[in-house]
Parts: sequence; C-alpha cells; structure tokens
Amino acid sequence: MILIWLLIIPLIGGLAAWSLGNRNALSARWISLAALVLDAVLLFGLWLSPPSVLALDRGSWLIEFNNPWIPQLGISLHLAVDGLSFALIALTLFLGIISIVCSWTEIRERVGFFHLNLLWILAGILGVFMALDLFLFYFFWELMLIPMYFLISIWGHENRVYASLKFFIFTQAGGLLMLISILSLYFIHGKNTGSYTFDYPLLLGTVMSSRAAFWTMLGFVIAFIVKIPVVPFHPWLPDAHTEAPTAGSVILAGLMLKTGAYGLLRFVLPLFPDAAASISQAMLVLAVIGILYGAVLAFGQTDLKRLVAYTSVSHMGFVLLGIFSGSGIALSGAVLQMLAHGISTGALFIIVGMIQERIHTRETGSMGGFWSAAPRLGGVGLVFALASLGLPGFGNFVAEFMVLLGSYHTHGILTAAAAAGLVLSALYALWIVQNVFHGEPRPGLKLPDLTARETGMMAIAILAILWLGFFPRTVQKIVEPALHSIQCGVSPEKPTPDQGSGI
Amino acid sequence: MTIADLAALAPYIILAITAVVVMLVIAFRRSHKLTVILTLSGFALSAASFPVAACVLPRQVTPLLVIDLYALFYGGLIVAASFAVAALSYSYLDKQQGHKEEFYLLLIIAALGCFVLAAAAHFASFFLGIELLSVSLYALSAYLRHSDRGVEAGVKYLILAAVSSAFILFGMALVYAETGSMQFNTIASGAGIHGPILLAGICMILVGLGFKLAVVPFHMWTPDVYQGAPAPVTAFIATASKGAVFALLFRYFTLLDIRAHPGLFAIFTLSAISSMFAGNLLALFQNNVKRILAYSSISHLGYLLVTVLASGPLAAAAAAFYLTAYFITTLGAFGVVTLLSEKARDADNLDDYQGLAWTRPGLAAVFTAMLFSLAGIPLTAGFVGKFYVMAAGVHSALWLVVIIMIINSVIGLFYYLRIVVAIFSPAKTEQALAHRLSLSGGTVLAALFTLLVWFGLYPGPVIEIIKHAIHFSRG
Repeated sequence: MILIWLLIIPLIGGLAAWSLGNRNALSARWISLAALVLDAVLLFGLWLSPPSVLALDRGSWLIEFNNPWIPQLGISLHLAVDGLSFALIALTLFLGIISIVCSWTEIRERVGFFHLNLLWILAGILGVFMALDLFLFYFFWELMLIPMYFLISIWGHENRVYASLKFFIFTQAGGLLMLISILSLYFIHGKNTGSYTFDYPLLLGTVMSSRAAFWTMLGFVIAFIVKIPVVPFHPWLPDAHTEAPTAGSVILAGLMLKTGAYGLLRFVLPLFPDAAASISQAMLVLAVIGILYGAVLAFGQTDLKRLVAYTSVSHMGFVLLGIFSGSGIALSGAVLQMLAHGISTGALFIIVGMIQERIHTRETGSMGGFWSAAPRLGGVGLVFALASLGLPGFGNFVAEFMVLLGSYHTHGILTAAAAAGLVLSALYALWIVQNVFHGEPRPGLKLPDLTARETGMMAIAILAILWLGFFPRTVQKIVEPALHSIQCGVSPEKPTPDQGSGI
Repeated sequence: MTIADLAALAPYIILAITAVVVMLVIAFRRSHKLTVILTLSGFALSAASFPVAACVLPRQVTPLLVIDLYALFYGGLIVAASFAVAALSYSYLDKQQGHKEEFYLLLIIAALGCFVLAAAAHFASFFLGIELLSVSLYALSAYLRHSDRGVEAGVKYLILAAVSSAFILFGMALVYAETGSMQFNTIASGAGIHGPILLAGICMILVGLGFKLAVVPFHMWTPDVYQGAPAPVTAFIATASKGAVFALLFRYFTLLDIRAHPGLFAIFTLSAISSMFAGNLLALFQNNVKRILAYSSISHLGYLLVTVLASGPLAAAAAAFYLTAYFITTLGAFGVVTLLSEKARDADNLDDYQGLAWTRPGLAAVFTAMLFSLAGIPLTAGFVGKFYVMAAGVHSALWLVVIIMIINSVIGLFYYLRIVVAIFSPAKTEQALAHRLSLSGGTVLAALFTLLVWFGLYPGPVIEIIKHAIHFSRG
C-alpha cells in the first residue's frame, strides 16, 4: 500500500494546492511542500523497515503491490520497487522538493494551478519508476506529459507555446510507437501461452523470432531515446528546457530525461536481451556523437539556459554509453550519472533561474562580474560548474569515470572519443565561470545575493552531489542487485544459477 | 404479435408514445419547460424499460427488427445521447426567440430513427430508420431560421441525404434483384458476394452509409453542416446519428466477413486511411471550433473503420468502447460550445475560447478534458478507446493502418492543443460578465466529465457489459 500512497499523496496534494491556491498563494506552496515531504518520510520509512534496501538479494523486490485493474484485458495495478527504482524515487522527491522551493518567488501567477501541475508531473514520474505493468507504465508515461505541457506553455518564457508543442509532439509520437510495441508484445505472449497479460514479470522471457523481437524492441527504444534524448532525436530539448520555468527545467532535465534511461534499463535490456545486443554498437556510436555534439553546441550558446540544456545532451550520452556497453561497472556508472546529473544540472538551472529573476535576461553577453556583487551566488555557480565538468570529489566524476572504465575494455576507440567530451565539458564549464562570474561587472549592475531560502536549498544540493562523489558506494550497493538481474536478462523473480560477470 | 414481442419493443413504443404526447401537449399548451420535462422523462422511461426488453432477448420481432443485446447497447447509447442533447438544448433554446417546442418533437423522432437502425434486420426497417432520422435532421439543422448558416446547413443536409437515400434505395434494389431477399442475415449468410450486380448493389448501399458516417470521400457536407446547425443539433448528428449507422454497418459487414473479400477490404482500408488523413490535415487550417470538431469527427470515424477491418470479437468490443468514449467526448465538447453560445451566434470562433480557463474555469476544465480525450490522452475514456482500437488492429496484424493511425494521432495533437492553448492563454482585457451555468446544462456536463474520467480510470465494468452485448449479437 505504501507504493499507492506514494502516488496518491502528490495527486491529492496537487488538488488541494489548486483549490486553496486561488485564495492564498502561500498555502499552495506549503501544501505542495508538505505533500512531498510526507512522501519522502514514507520512502525513508521504507528504507528503515526490513528488508533493508541495502541488503536486497539480487532478483527480489523490496516491496510490491499487485491488484487487478482491467482484468478483462489482463491489466493490473502492479507496482514494485527494487534498488534502482528506490534510488530514482529518492531523486524524484529530492528534486521535487527543490523545485517547489526554487519557484517560491519566481511563480506569482496562478500559483495553485502551477503546483497542481508540478505535483502531477512528479506523480507521473514516480509511477513510471514503479510500474511493472506495461499498460500502467504507458499510462504514467503519458500522464506526466500533460502537466509538463501546461507548465511550459503557461509559465514559460517568450517562446513557450512553440516549445511546449514541440515537446509534446516529440514525446507523444515516441510514446505511441512504444504503445504498438507493447501491444505486439502482449499479443505475441498471448499467442504463445494463451494468457493475455501486460504484466512485466510474466512477459519476461517471451519467445519470439529475432525479427519480431527487433521491431518490437525498436518501438520501445525510440520512445526512450527521444526522452533521453539521443542525437538526432534531441531538437525538442533545448527549446523545452530554455522556455520552461525554472522548476520545469529542473524536472525536465533532472527527472524526465532519466525516465528514458530507466526505460532502457528496466524494459529494453531484460525484455529483448538479444535484440538489444544487436543494436548496441549503433547506440554506442550515437552516445558518443551525443556527448561530443552536445558539448560543442553548448559552447556555442549565448543563452545561458540553452547552454545548460545542451550540456544535458552531452551528459546523458554517458548514460547511454554505460547502458549499452555491456559492462557491469559502466552500467553502475550510468545509474550514478543519472543521479549526479539530475542534481548538478538541476542546480545549474536553478542558478540560471536565480540570475534571470535578478537581471531579467539569460544572455551571457550582458553578464559578468557577478562574483564581486554576489559572492554566494558566485560560489554556488563555481561548485556546480566544476561538478558539471567532472572534477574529482563530485558525483559526476565518479560516474563518468566508471562509465569510461567499464566500456574501455570492449570499445576502446569509442571510449577514447567519449573521453574527449570531458575536455569539451571543461571548456564550457570554465567559460561559464569566466564570463558570468568573473570579469568586469557591468555598470549599474544590481545583484542581490542569495537569500536564506536560496542558500539553504543550494547547500543541500551541494551536500548531495558531494556525497555522491565521496560515498558512491552507498548508491552502488543499493542499485547493483537490480542491475545484476537486468544485465543477465533475468527476471528478478527467477534468479538463475549463472551469476554473470562480477562488478 | 405476442406479449414477449411487445416487451421487446417496449423502449421503441415508449419513444413513439412520447413523440405523440409531446405533439399533443404542444397543441394545447406551449411551454418550453414542460416540453423539455416530457421529452427527458420519455427518454428516461425508454431507458428504464430496457430491463423489461432484456428479459426476452434475443428476439426477432417481425422480419423487420432484431432486438438483441447489441441493439439494446447501441440503443442505450443513442437514448442517453439524445437525453443529453435535449437537456443541453434547453439552455440553448431558452435564449432564442420563436417556437422552441417542436425542436424536441423532432429530436425524439430522430432518436427513434437511430434506435430503429440499431436493430434493423431488413431493408425496409433500415430505410425507415434512415428516413426518420434524416427528415428530422433537415428541420433540426435549419431550426434557427433567422440564421443564414443554419438554413444553408439544412439545405445542404437535405440535398446530400436525399442523394444518399437514393443510392441506398438503388443499391437495395440491385441486391434484391440478385439475391431475392431483403433480410440482412439471409444476404450476408448467402454464398458470399459474387457477380458484378450484387457487388454494385452493396457498394451503393455503402455510399449511402458513407454519407451518413461522413467518411472520405463522402465527407464534404460535414464542416458546413456542423458549423451551421445549432450546437446541440451538431452534437446529435456527430453522436447518435453516426453511432446508429455505424452499429448497423458493423453488424452486417463483419457478418459478411470482409477480410475474405479483397475488394471490399481495399475499399474500407482506403476509406479509413483517407478519412484519418483528410480529417486531421484539414482540421489544421481551421479557426472555427465547430469546423475543427467536424474534421476531427471525420478522422475519428476513420479510426473506427479500423475495427471493421480488424473484425472479430476483440474488434467488436473495441468499436463499442470507442463509440461510447466518442459519444461522451463529443457530447461534452459540443455541450461546452452550446453553453457558451449566445443568442446571436454560436461560440464557435477560436477567440471565444481565449482565456476561458481564467474566466470560466469549470467549463474550461471540461472542454480541456474532452479535447484530451479526443486526442487520446490518459485519464480519459478516449485513451482507453484508442488503446482498444489499436489493440484490435495489432491483433489482426493491420500494421499499415495502425502506423497511419499513430501518425494521425500525432497530427491531431496540433489542433487539439491549439484550442487548449487558447483556453489557457491570458484572458482578453474586457472580462466576461459573471455567467451562471444553467442547471440542466451544468448537470449534463458534470455527468459527462465524471463518465469520461471514470471510463478512463476504471473501464472494467463497461468492458464487461460490452463483452456481453457483442457476445449475444453473434450467437
């Protein structure tokens, strides 16, 4: 039941915030915050209660909920959490809380409706990370799009209508292709066994011809790599990220991109192990192209938010590289990268948001000398720029290092090319620091420093990213049992004697 | 005629009696409110008599009608839709001048025509249903005589419906000449479609049905009639009229086993694909909400034709669910248009909806939900419906059609979201006066909204009912 509550609390909190927000904006903010904190408490309770997520056996769920939903079609409300889901749910709640705090003063219009959308997106994302029924997964997958569409198109910046439409259509098109694949998997399995079901554990190990497996997998893969996004499916990303309000960008970059990677891990690798192996080479090439292309384009941007958006393309390339490299270390690094990128990019978007709130522009040309005017802002900016370039000590470093280490074995040349991306990221990160925070302040620059709320929020983010950098082992312990079973292409329900390659 | 026959016909008889009662009451006492109450209770009574009829099912009543669960299911949809249309019309017509009472009389007769179509087993009852429906609709479309567009819509519908009736009659004659029977069942279970005359006859009947369903290439009248007719009448044309004709089409063309007839199969495939594309692409260029919804309904009928192509129990269930969702959604969407309309003109311009979310949040929420349902987005019945139809398509391995359906769903998003964007854009400076939603209209919309979310979240019970209904129609 805890899993259902995790979903219901934000849904109801959103409705409450909406109905109260019309009269009192502040109450909407507090209710939303309370809902997410309550969710976080529930999750923490899950952490404390046995079986501990740290001691989870390979191939078992920490907690599971299964109830029929539309039994006529073999659809059930099947939710479950293992280490991988647990880590991503924690990230979701963390960034959710941060994004409510960071819009405390930014959003002043239609506050209630804003928080309704925000909480419903988070509920959709939580659902994606928990769903073990393919229909339910698709349901949540689509559910998170609509409020995000509203978030961008109502509270976004200048070009918001265009950006939100583009976002919606790209992701919806990918999603529909996935729907065909889900359906064909459903019928193939039904024809084989006579039981028509969307249940993920039952669908694992469906026997099908390699041709059918390839096409079915392709629908999933396209939906997921549109979300990640992988070049050439990325054009929606810079627009959506740039035009969204700060909270929207944080959720887009920090969480929504991760749902794509999560989908690859949870569904594509276990359901279609052979077909996935057959496209891994192509995916690796796309990953490396993404890493380099994103970094180069980031360097060419004059809009600070767009710059950060393009760095996402680059960083998510490492995730894709890790997922398809076939090595356990790289896979673990990819998950770590998902978490670290979520925090660091989220923080960078918040920094851009804070700058924009103060000087009402995102053009780097009109920035400079912020450090002397607002030292706390400068310090925070430096920390996350360095985290983004992969300085040791931050989570991003460990993650990218592990991805490169793991994939170097098997794909030396591609890994070397990906490593060049690190150099490029140093280039744009230092360029941000140089141009925005150093240099001569513009005459008449009025830049109030961070308030207590902003300082506290950023301090927590810094602690989190440092924790990932210094104690990555905790996270690895949580996610590795889950990754093991994913990598062996075996259902968590039925572990096989084969232990796979050790990590 | 036995008691059992009368019991089976009870819903029909009640509707017919209601029509007579309403006519007589109008002659003695003109009261808008009284007429509406009579009409609504007539529909409600007819629906209440369904359990009576259900006791004696399935039953062939005279050679003309076959009353089975299938007929009752679609009949239920039609009666419920007519009920909603009548309730919505009350607040709409209340603002108008002139005689309003006859409107309901025509509505009841049109509903009766639809109901007959859903149970037709014979060419005679088929034609009777079509004509009852069409003749009432000519008058209903042009009911607001002061509006030029209304009269234009009426005349257009008159000419095209007359032509399509002629096609149907000629087709029937050809089929009869060849097979010697006017019973659908006998024709369908005959030795299949052989010979040019029989094929020509069936194709001519198809042309007539195509006009009624407004599928490409017989869709030209739709946007003009939708735009010109009063909004509640448009809602009726889009739902009850199309639903009844589709019920008939589905019943007999799946009996014919169209997958065994490559020619017919090709015709349906072409029509489905071109309806999807034409509807969605043309809707992109419209600024009139009623026209957008008209083109959208063309594409939705295209999606529905996929179930005819897929043919099988799964497809039958998919069609029934999709139509249910489509009824709810379309009634809801036109319901909002109806309630926003003013005396002088219908609220059909995109500008009328600008900032609706901030001036009239309730209506805006309903309309947005309906648009999302049309676009097939989760939490709504439209999502489950589209999912169901796609499942039927994938099951029958209609890959081309399913892929085209997906492309079209994406195209459709553009214009549905255009309306949503307008609804949520900042309101125009001059704030609309505080409107009060009429009780009848508000209740109908609230009910439709509830059903939309209910069927979207928990469709199990409905699917169960549908499975029963289609099971009996084949037995």
